[in-house]
This record gives sequence, C-alpha cells and structure tokens, in this order.
Amino acid sequence: MSNDNAKTNFQWVGKRTRRPDGVDKVTGRARYGDDMSMPGMLHCKVLRSPHAHAKILSIDTSKAAAIKGVKAVLTSAEIPDHPLSKPPYAPIINDMHDISRNVMARDKVFYDGHAVAAVAATSERIAKAALKLIEVKYEVLPHVLDPIEAVQPDAPILHEDQFTFLGDKTSEIPSNLFRSSVGERGDLDQGFGEADLILERDFSSEPVHQGYIEPLACVASTSEDGCVELWTTTQGHFVIRALCSSLLNIELAKIRVTASEIGGGFGGKNTVYGEPVAIRLSQITGRPVRMVMSRKEVFRSSGPTVGSRTHIKMGVKNDGTITAAEVETWYQAGAFKGAPTGRAVETYFSSYTIPNLKATVHDVCVNRPKVAAYRAPGAPMAAFAAEGIINELANRIGMDPIDIRLKNAVTEGDQSLGGSVYGSIGLIEVLNQTKNHPHYLAPLGPNQGRGLALGYWMHGGGLSSVSVHLLDDGSVTVATGNPDIGGSRSSMRVMAAEELGIDIELIKPIVADTGSMGYSHLTAGSRTTFATGWAVINSVREIIEKLCILAAKKWEIDVNDVSWEAGHAVSTKSGDSIKPLSLKELAAMATKMGGAIAGHSEINAGGTGAAFCLQLVDVEVDPETGHVTPLRHTVIQDVGRAISPDYVEGQMQGGAVQGIGWALNEEYVYDDQARLQNTGFLDYRMPVASDVPMIDTVIVEVPNPNHPYGVRGVGEPTLVSAPAAVANAVENAIGKPMSSLPLSPPKVLKAIEQIQVAAE
Amino acid sequence: MADLKYESPTTTEAAVALLAAGGEMARVFAGGTDLLVQMHEEMIEPTLLVDIKSIKETREITFEADYVRIGAAVTGAELGENDKLVAMWPGVVEAVELIGSYQVQGRATIAGNLCNASPAADSVPAMIAAGASVCIAGPTGTHEIPVEQMAVSPGKTSLAQGEFVTSILLPNRPSNAGDAYLRFIPRTEMDIAVVGVGVSIELNADGTCASARLSLGAVSATAQLVKAASGILVGNKLDDTVLEALASAASDACSPIDDKRGTIEFRTKVAGVLACRATKIAWQRAEKN
Repeated sequence: MSNDNAKTNFQWVGKRTRRPDGVDKVTGRARYGDDMSMPGMLHCKVLRSPHAHAKILSIDTSKAAAIKGVKAVLTSAEIPDHPLSKPPYAPIINDMHDISRNVMARDKVFYDGHAVAAVAATSERIAKAALKLIEVKYEVLPHVLDPIEAVQPDAPILHEDQFTFLGDKTSEIPSNLFRSSVGERGDLDQGFGEADLILERDFSSEPVHQGYIEPLACVASTSEDGCVELWTTTQGHFVIRALCSSLLNIELAKIRVTASEIGGGFGGKNTVYGEPVAIRLSQITGRPVRMVMSRKEVFRSSGPTVGSRTHIKMGVKNDGTITAAEVETWYQAGAFKGAPTGRAVETYFSSYTIPNLKATVHDVCVNRPKVAAYRAPGAPMAAFAAEGIINELANRIGMDPIDIRLKNAVTEGDQSLGGSVYGSIGLIEVLNQTKNHPHYLAPLGPNQGRGLALGYWMHGGGLSSVSVHLLDDGSVTVATGNPDIGGSRSSMRVMAAEELGIDIELIKPIVADTGSMGYSHLTAGSRTTFATGWAVINSVREIIEKLCILAAKKWEIDVNDVSWEAGHAVSTKSGDSIKPLSLKELAAMATKMGGAIAGHSEINAGGTGAAFCLQLVDVEVDPETGHVTPLRHTVIQDVGRAISPDYVEGQMQGGAVQGIGWALNEEYVYDDQARLQNTGFLDYRMPVASDVPMIDTVIVEVPNPNHPYGVRGVGEPTLVSAPAAVANAVENAIGKPMSSLPLSPPKVLKAIEQIQVAAE
Repeated sequence: MADLKYESPTTTEAAVALLAAGGEMARVFAGGTDLLVQMHEEMIEPTLLVDIKSIKETREITFEADYVRIGAAVTGAELGENDKLVAMWPGVVEAVELIGSYQVQGRATIAGNLCNASPAADSVPAMIAAGASVCIAGPTGTHEIPVEQMAVSPGKTSLAQGEFVTSILLPNRPSNAGDAYLRFIPRTEMDIAVVGVGVSIELNADGTCASARLSLGAVSATAQLVKAASGILVGNKLDDTVLEALASAASDACSPIDDKRGTIEFRTKVAGVLACRATKIAWQRAEKN
C-alpha cells in the first residue's frame, strides 16, 4: 500500500468536477424514500401517544380492524420481545429491548408521539380514519423533561428495570441515570493550585433536531418463503438490515435492503423507526407496505440530539497556560439510555494540553424522544461550555483568544482525554491561518460582536466494502455500500479516476444494495470518504494489478516489467519499444483473455486522524429586541486532503448553518403536559437562507499520514465549534457571557436589560 | 370519513347559496394557503369547499371615487405588482408581502389572511391602521364592517352562516399621509409575527400630526386599534417625549399570552419598540407625500 499523502500534483483530487448526483436531483428524477411504489401496496399510519409518560392499560383495535380497506392493525404484541442488555456495556449500546420498545411501545409510553399501534390499509385516508377508532386506555404518570430534575430522588422513574451502572455493581433502586462516563488525568488540586485565575460557570443547551428535509419513509415487501425486500431512506442499509434481523428474528441473508436517494440525515437516519413495523405488517398481510412519516411525526418521534446541563471549572495562569479543568455534564438521552457521553469526554478539552483534567458526563433518561446521533454527537454542547469559559478566561487575563489557544494547543504526540494519541495534526496551522485572516482584523460597527471557537473531532473509520468493475468499453462502475449524503459518490469517483488515470466521466459511482456487497457501516462519523474511499483505492489498485498481468501476457514479458502510468500499461524493460496499452484497449481484450476484470476490497479502516475546525463569527444584536443577525462567518478547518473541494466547502458551510440555528433559535417547546408544541419548521425555527450570511471557508490541508491520500473526516468538525462561536460573538456584542442556548430574542433582550439595570 | 365536495360558483349569489346550504362544514376557498394546511394537519375536516376564484369581482383591484376595492381572491403577489396601490398604501402592501414565502404570495389573499382570524395575521394591523372596511355578502344581502370587527377570537370571525367576504375597501389616502407595517420574528422570513404593528399618519401643513391610527397584532386575542396612540400623536411633532409615550401606550395595550412563539414580557416590550419604529417610517412617508 503506497501512501501518496505527500503528493501534490494530482490529476483529479482537489479539482472541481461535475457532481455525479446533480442531474437526477435537479430534474426530480432521483428517487427518495417516498418515491417507491409497488403493485398492491398498502399504506401504513401510526397511532401515537398523546401522553409523555403513561402505562398502557389496554388497546382495543377491533373497530379499526373492521373498516373496509383495513388489512391489518398491529401493536407491540406483533413485535418480538428481547431481553434487556446486561453489564458490562459496550461504549455504544444497540439494545434490542429498547429499540423494539421505541418502534412500538410495549407496556408504557415514554414520550408524546411514542408509537402505540399501526394500521395497514388500502389508502392512507382509510389508514388515518382507522387510527381514530383504536381505543387505548392509559394511566397517565408524572413526567420529567430535564436531566437534572430526572436524577433527583423524587423524580418519576421511566424504567423500573433500569439501575445505575457503577462499574462493578449497579444501584440498589431504579434510576433514570443509566451510567456516567468519566475521563481523568493529572492532579486537579495541584492544577487549580497553580492557577492565577479560576472561573466556574454553568452552561445549558437544548435538544435540537437534525432537520433533514426528507422525512423518514420506507416500503417493505415480504414473501411467503420468509424473504424481505426493504426500500428505505437511511444512512446505512447494512445497519438497517442488521437491526431488522435482530429485532424480528430473520436471517440476515433473507433481508435485502436498498437505500433510496437520501434527503439529508446528519445522524438522524442511523437507526430504525418505521422499518420493522412495515416489515411486520407486510408479513401479516402478504402485501407490500409503505410507511411515510409526516414532518409532525418526525419531530414528535424521531431522535433529536441531547440537551445538556453543565458545570465547568477552569484555571489559568496569567501567561495563558491552562492548568486544570473539571466538568460535570448531564446529557438527556430521551426515553431510552444511550446519550453520547463517551464522545463528550473525548472531545471536551481535546484541543488543549491541559495537564490536570476531569470530565464526568451522565446519561439520563427523560420523557422525550430517544436521542439519535447528530453531526458530531455529544461534541457541540461540550465545546459550547469549554470554549465559552476559555474565552472568558482569555478576556479576564487580557489575552487574545487565538493566543490563548496557541499557548495550549495540542500537537503531534499529545493525547486526548479519551486516549487518542495525535499523529500529524493541523491545529497550529488552523490557528495561524485564522490570526492572519482579513476577517479577524476587520473593524466592527456599533452593536456588533466577534466570537471564535475551536472544535475537535476524531472521525470514524471502520467497515467498508467496495466493488469496482472495468467494463468492455473501458468505462468503470464503482459500487459502494454507503448511501451518499454529502458527496461520497463524487469523492469515490475522483479517487478511482486518480488511481486509474482516466477521465472522471468514464466512471459511474453507485450505491449498491445489501445483497450485492460486503458489510459497509453507516455513512456517518465523517468516515465515508476516508474509509470507503480507501476501499475504492484498494479495489482500483487490484484492477491495475490485473491489467498489468494482462499486458504482460499480451506482450509475453514478465509482469514485473509492466507498470501503470497515466491510464496505460507501460513496459519498463530498458530499450523496449512496446507501445503502451490504454485502459480501453485492455478492457476490450480482457474478456477474451481470461475474464472480466474487477477489483474489490472489504476493509476495517483504522488510522483515523484528528480534525480541528475554528469558526470566526460576527453578529449584530438589536439592543431593543434582542434579535441577533449573523453578519460574517468564516470556517477554518484542517481537512487533511480535500478530495472534492466543492463538497468539502459545502460540508463546512452546512455545519456552520446548523450551528447558527442551534445557537440562536432552535428548541423544543413543550406544554405543561410535556406535549410538543412546535412540530413543524414554522415554529421549530431552523435558519432559512436569508437568516445566514455567505459562509466563507478556508480549507487547511495537513494530510492524515494514515490514509493513502491524506484524508480526514470533514462533515462533523464544522458543527462542533459553530454554536460556541456564535454565542461568543453575541457575548462580545452585548458584553455579557451567554451560557444558555438558544440565544433567542427574549433571552438576549433580558440579558441586555440586566446589563442596563446593573449599569444604572 | 366524510366525502369532500368542491364547488366553483361564478356568481356571489350562487356562492352564498352553497355556503348557506353547506352549514358549518362548508369553507370558502380562495388562496387556500391556510385552509389546505389546516385540512392536511387534520385541524378541520370540511365537507364542502366553495372556491370563489371563478367569481369575476373577487379577482379585481378597482380604483373607485372614495376607495380602492380589492377583490377577496386577489393574491398578495398581485397587490405587490400594482404600482398605484403600492404608492397609495405601502404599509398595507408590505404587510401582505411578509405573509409566507414567494410561492405562497402567488396564492394567498388579503381577505383570507383576515378571515383566518389569526391574531398574528400580518395584513390585519396594517388594514386596521389604514381604516379599511370589509364587504360581506350573505343570505340577507351585502353589508360593510370595519376590519377590526371581523375577528372575534383566535380562529373565529363575526361572519354568519352563508356569509363570505367579497372585497376589502381601502380609503383613498389623503395627501401628507403615509403608512407602515413592521413585525418582529426571530428569523428573517417564513415565520409568524411575534408582534405586528401597523401605523397610518396624516400630517398638517406645519408638520404636526393631523390624524393617526396605530394597530397591534399578536399581542391580544385579536388585532386591535390602540386608541390612545391617536391622542399622543395628534397635534404633536415626533420627538423623544412623544415616542416614549407612544411606546408606553403600545405596551400598555398588550394582553398577550406565553406560547411557542414568544413570551408575555417580550411581546409587551417589543410592541412599544416596534410602535415607535413603524411610526417613524410612516411619518417620513407622510412628509414625502
């Protein structure tokens, strides 16, 4: 395996090429989750709990089942039950007991919108009418929404069978606290003793939804011999297959999942919601079943990311050296355990060489939808607290916010609190480029403020499978098992063209179904261009080896005397005048000289590289209304190597925009019965295009030494630092630390009024 | 699961007959930008939709001796494209143009915005400030009411069974007069007013205020005319003392609720802020006319 990460004279890498998914998307030809239709297909609608916490006493489906056109009514009785996971627990829990209860409530409902029953009918209208005839008797229980309230002794307990995991034992009594992740190093007392200034602050953030434009949708079709075909919008159809197999006790090979085109995921489409229900209804009725969620259902029942409550303490010397930091955070996991607490410990202070550290992050169940991943799960809320207090410390000791970060920046050989040892990383380059950027030096007007924040993310690697086929006419298909959310088809094509040395337009990248490929993990964790791209490079190199063998056979020379240069097999024997054979010529010969040529690769990619992203934000605050207008926003990120720069910039911009929404206006509004009030984009205030400025990007390329092309994960780091940067800008504009997201106008106005009162 | 009937009458009389026969389950269908969303969300399940767009008068803007008549099915986009109307009532038109998106503007109507009876409707405070009235057709004939008498509570109008709005009348604006509308939303568009303020000002030759109407939306169960504003402004020039009194009067008139869109405290404060800002804009426009 040769690594070209020092190489700079690429033919295709780093070029701006036509995007392979563009035509189908702009013409409407691309088929998304709800574009699939099958003969005889039934429509599924789901009855959802109106209560945040209740016992289900009885469900009477007889009236609904009696309507003409209703083919089946399903409750949890039709979903196999699974035992609760037992300690020791994996870092990430896929507990079938919990997932089966999340897709269809069993004995209790845990949040407003929790699925209780489902109907399959000949039309959506009939299915909706049938839902109204299902009679559910509930015993309503007290609810809890806040993670700190949820761990108090008198809090309502969601799961009577959940006990706090304490390493070698569990708590005596049931608890909403499932477990706590802890990271420690050094000596806190000594560290704080060395500090000239110590600050302690509280921060909070609210759950935010991934806000993908395409709602969840699937079609399941089962046959009498037990086989299942599933079409779904997902970030990982192999994971959907695995979950459906485990949940419904069906052999993996009998489930074939095709990923539709996907209209955004951001972590929210990493798990199952409607799929097991649609499969069961199809099994019961013998007909295909389609299930499409409305936006309201997406908000009420699919996972947002966690909300957080944080207490943080940090000490600094007058020269800017951070000597110690201690943080305790409560993450609300929603209805079932599984908040990304380990990721929070890993990311809290990982940009800095703080010698004395402790981070404790609690995984707490509350009466909200179970959280799902969201673009760097667990990290943005941690960065919000850590970067907020660092900025305040820098202010207080009179130090430039970039200088304090340079003073404490990690470099090669340093270690994160979670134990990752950094290889070659680009943090110093990111900080220096920020310092010299015109944005950093530009003057500000009245009521304007500038903020910056740094984010760290260790992207994923893992299992990826790829098949590359050379066809008779010299064109090439590149098949991966990863749905393309953020440009993976483009980057796969670029890497294949780079290796082969042929025109990029000769290569067609596709996403293959689970029956066609080896296991491929989710398109998530910023892993796909890194890991799946690596498998593409491997596969193409296998093809090149085979083509060199073919040329050697044709020329009747030793294969060691053949090399691959610029799309041609070339004889390297000195003094030899053999005319090189092009890829096209070799492709035409292949089937007559041994068979079709393909390369494939199934890898478990390690060697991920740490990625750092700094954001520089200017805002203007209306002092009379508290309205915050983002004016200028620059993202400076080490991407290792930008394979498709258009997409890299798009990722950097998209994460920044999501961070602006998170910082300013996105939140779930519940009534006093914990029923969600803002179940659409009208009142769940994600930014619209006119709310954000053009997001400027600075691509920093410090190649990841572990990857053949130097790739680092790109998609997630940009969200990590965005909310903190926006909050720091608002703080700078009004002159008061802002420690509670979202910075909605009422909150900002109140802060301004408090400053005015204090001044008078 | 009742069936849904759709009718598209060509005369006002036929529409009235259909609506009267249809009873409470009948709905008037103009732009449909509220109606269809409410049906989709299953907030209402009407059995009859009476589409009024085939009635010729509902599609016209006509300038008459004392007023301009805006047909009930004229879209927001059509109002914005009518230069004469924009010059006459810029505040009303800018209020209409804040409703929904560019696409919604192609369907949504000012009469629909009024009849949806949302306390946060953008065009309503602007129309109240402008002194607009509503032409209503019904089983007993036609009559007119002031705009502020249309909504009686959130989602409920004073229309009787079989009645519907045929047009909105905006008075011809005197010289030395101007109007404006401002709303507060946390975003920049695609949002619902947390506070809305419509103002119409007429000035005397000496630059003092001759008459003023200020209306608030989203801060009480229905959009309201702030009667105290007239007393504060008339006879005065726009100085800091007047503005301060105006802000207080606007805030005092508020009786908002805490909901997903805003808090009582915030709405009350911002009503005063926007009252002053909108009055300044209307005043400047009056000075230019």
